[in-house]
Amino acid sequence: MTATRTKLHWDYAPAPESRDAATLKPSYDLFIGGAWSAPTDGTRIKTINPATEEELAEVAFAGPGDVARAVEAARAAAPGWAATAPLERGKYLFRIARLIQERARELAVVETLDGGKPIRESRDVDIPLAAAHFFSYAGWADKLDYALAGRAHAPRGVVGQVVPWNFPLLMAAWKLAPALACGNTAVLKPAETTPLTALLLAEIVQESGLPDGVINIIPGDGSAGAALVRSNVDKVAFTGSTAVGKEIQRALAGTDVGLTLELGGKSANILFEDAALDQAVEGIIEGIFFNQGHVCCAGSRLLLQESVAEEVVRKLWARMERLRVGDPLDKNTDVGAINSAEQLARISELVEAGEREGATRRSITCALPETGYWFPPTLFLDVAPANRITVEEIFGPVVSVMTFRTPKEAVERANNSAYGLAAGVWTDNGAKAFEVASALRAGVVWQNTYNKFDPTAAFGGYKESGFGREGGPAGLLPYVRLT
Amino acid sequence: MTRRSLVAKTYKLYLGGAFVRSESGRSDPTTDHAGAHVANVPRSSRKDVRDAVKAARAAQGGWAKRTAYNRGQILYRFAEALESRSEELARAAVAQQDAALPAARAELGAAVDLLVHYAGWTDKFQAVMGGINPVAAPYLSFSTAEPTGVVAVLAPDEPDVLGLIREVAPALAAGNTVVAIVSRRWPLRALDLGEVAGVSDVPGGVLNLLCGRLDELLTPLCGHRDVNAIVDATGERSKVVDELAAETVKRVSRPAPDGDTLARIEALTELKTAWHPVGS
Repeated sequence: MTATRTKLHWDYAPAPESRDAATLKPSYDLFIGGAWSAPTDGTRIKTINPATEEELAEVAFAGPGDVARAVEAARAAAPGWAATAPLERGKYLFRIARLIQERARELAVVETLDGGKPIRESRDVDIPLAAAHFFSYAGWADKLDYALAGRAHAPRGVVGQVVPWNFPLLMAAWKLAPALACGNTAVLKPAETTPLTALLLAEIVQESGLPDGVINIIPGDGSAGAALVRSNVDKVAFTGSTAVGKEIQRALAGTDVGLTLELGGKSANILFEDAALDQAVEGIIEGIFFNQGHVCCAGSRLLLQESVAEEVVRKLWARMERLRVGDPLDKNTDVGAINSAEQLARISELVEAGEREGATRRSITCALPETGYWFPPTLFLDVAPANRITVEEIFGPVVSVMTFRTPKEAVERANNSAYGLAAGVWTDNGAKAFEVASALRAGVVWQNTYNKFDPTAAFGGYKESGFGREGGPAGLLPYVRLT
Repeated sequence: MTRRSLVAKTYKLYLGGAFVRSESGRSDPTTDHAGAHVANVPRSSRKDVRDAVKAARAAQGGWAKRTAYNRGQILYRFAEALESRSEELARAAVAQQDAALPAARAELGAAVDLLVHYAGWTDKFQAVMGGINPVAAPYLSFSTAEPTGVVAVLAPDEPDVLGLIREVAPALAAGNTVVAIVSRRWPLRALDLGEVAGVSDVPGGVLNLLCGRLDELLTPLCGHRDVNAIVDATGERSKVVDELAAETVKRVSRPAPDGDTLARIEALTELKTAWHPVGS
């Protein structure tokens, strides 16, 4: 009798997270001055689930008059908040952190419904990190003297904050927590396609008893963001595309308005032949397919040392074929829905350009849902340094693979980018890892890991990836005026 | 109709996460401001001290290994739990110590706020104290603050609650475990704090509270070879404490009541410098 090996089955029974954890209102107003208020010159839109295209709720979008109202509310609240004892300011932020933890399940489900990211990520990354960020900056409120080396400081006043759709609640936390800890009041504009968790945060703000007007949340499209950065604010913080970041920097030219920008990236993930290859392959997967590649620091340029390139591509492809793409609410899903039709079109356009320019495309074959926006995990081989897929940010589940021979060449290739947000270095040789890390022109360098975030660790870019840092004591600097 | 009589509390030590009597079976009476008997408290023995240090040592590794965020959340939980009992503890000060209620409330409020303040230090003192050393050679050299280990706290007699929290919180924030001798004159509310810690996710053994006579406990605690640091908040400059400390080079600090909070953490941490080559 010949023993035959049982064929491995990789089918998983569906394990959907219950939607019951989240009860959405049919309609949401703007959150201005501590109260919900209908838009005066704005509109109302339906926000949809990108995985199914179903309408989730109606959301008020701010018009220019609404933006001005929100800024006025923040302005009115500013003196009182700045005069609040630092520890007392911190206590509100601690409370908000606790409330986020209490409503974690609901927030995770809504984040996934509105944005398309796998529930595993919203549950394990987005929401816990948002709470952690508030918790950590809560503790800075009464310790600014230590963070600022004893320099005299004052809040900037009113800050206008515009956040993206890839980590909606987390980016709101990154913006609001340090701003408030330093004594500023804020107007936050969530992204057009993902306003819901920011609106739930507004509910949390109300539950926390935060004084009215300290946080104002006004959903809207790009025009509301443009109006906000040009309004009567003292500081602007923006996370989003480099193109819009440049517009904002131009718009603020000649003013005293403070500015921090966290923009795009085309981060290099560099793998040396002496790395633990299987561990590295997991890191590469995590680096580019986390959140469908909708990550500004995604490891979208994979640089492989020639001697192991073939083996790594083989392992990487085998691992990619095991990725589960589909229902974001399913706890087994690795790759969820693309955030919007617009983003799907952008990814498709760049991928087509990659093929046209002669790179070899490999996309995994998997059943994609019939409704919603989807893109299969994809890698490109035979990529040239000048190809659009090497140069431009795709912001999707697409990785371009290139090779190098020496550490020097790897650094040159990695730094050959207008961006400089992040990088990964994979090697078991510590001396080499630190040498390469110090030569990279990138704001974050992960060694033998990727996509790690913590409220205590500064995050932000070099070059056209923006300026200013979020996280750690450095994250306080943009929100104080050193006097 | 018979009047319902109150069930009086038996005051116990907080040791290794459990509430225990002194192994010696001894107790001392505690009186109020007028000299009237209020309750008996355990009179801790040398063996109780050794048990407490053993429990603190056993808990230290695990406590230090927890993330700074987690330690911060536990101290914050401690603050939440203390807030919820602060009215009761303030009224106890009025009854036992003849304190004015507003002052007693202010003491509790300050104690809660101090716990919140130190909850915020857990993930920050490292950034303020440690850092990269720009050494003149191809090395990555960095210094990080680590907990010194087991800390003996000699709490002041007054204020019994705030005075204890003031020294215990920085030790815990930095990742140390604590054996504290609470106020000799007013031990009751300080022992109540053990109950607060006990419901605050503070792991067993991380905080140990003993009460008793200082002259009996000083030598076994401050002379214990497994104690790494002593915080003497009694207000006395005790040569005995210093000499006991010298035996195993314990760090002794005597922080001023209103002294800097980071300085308290610094006194209870060790700076470790690590070197790693950069380049071949």
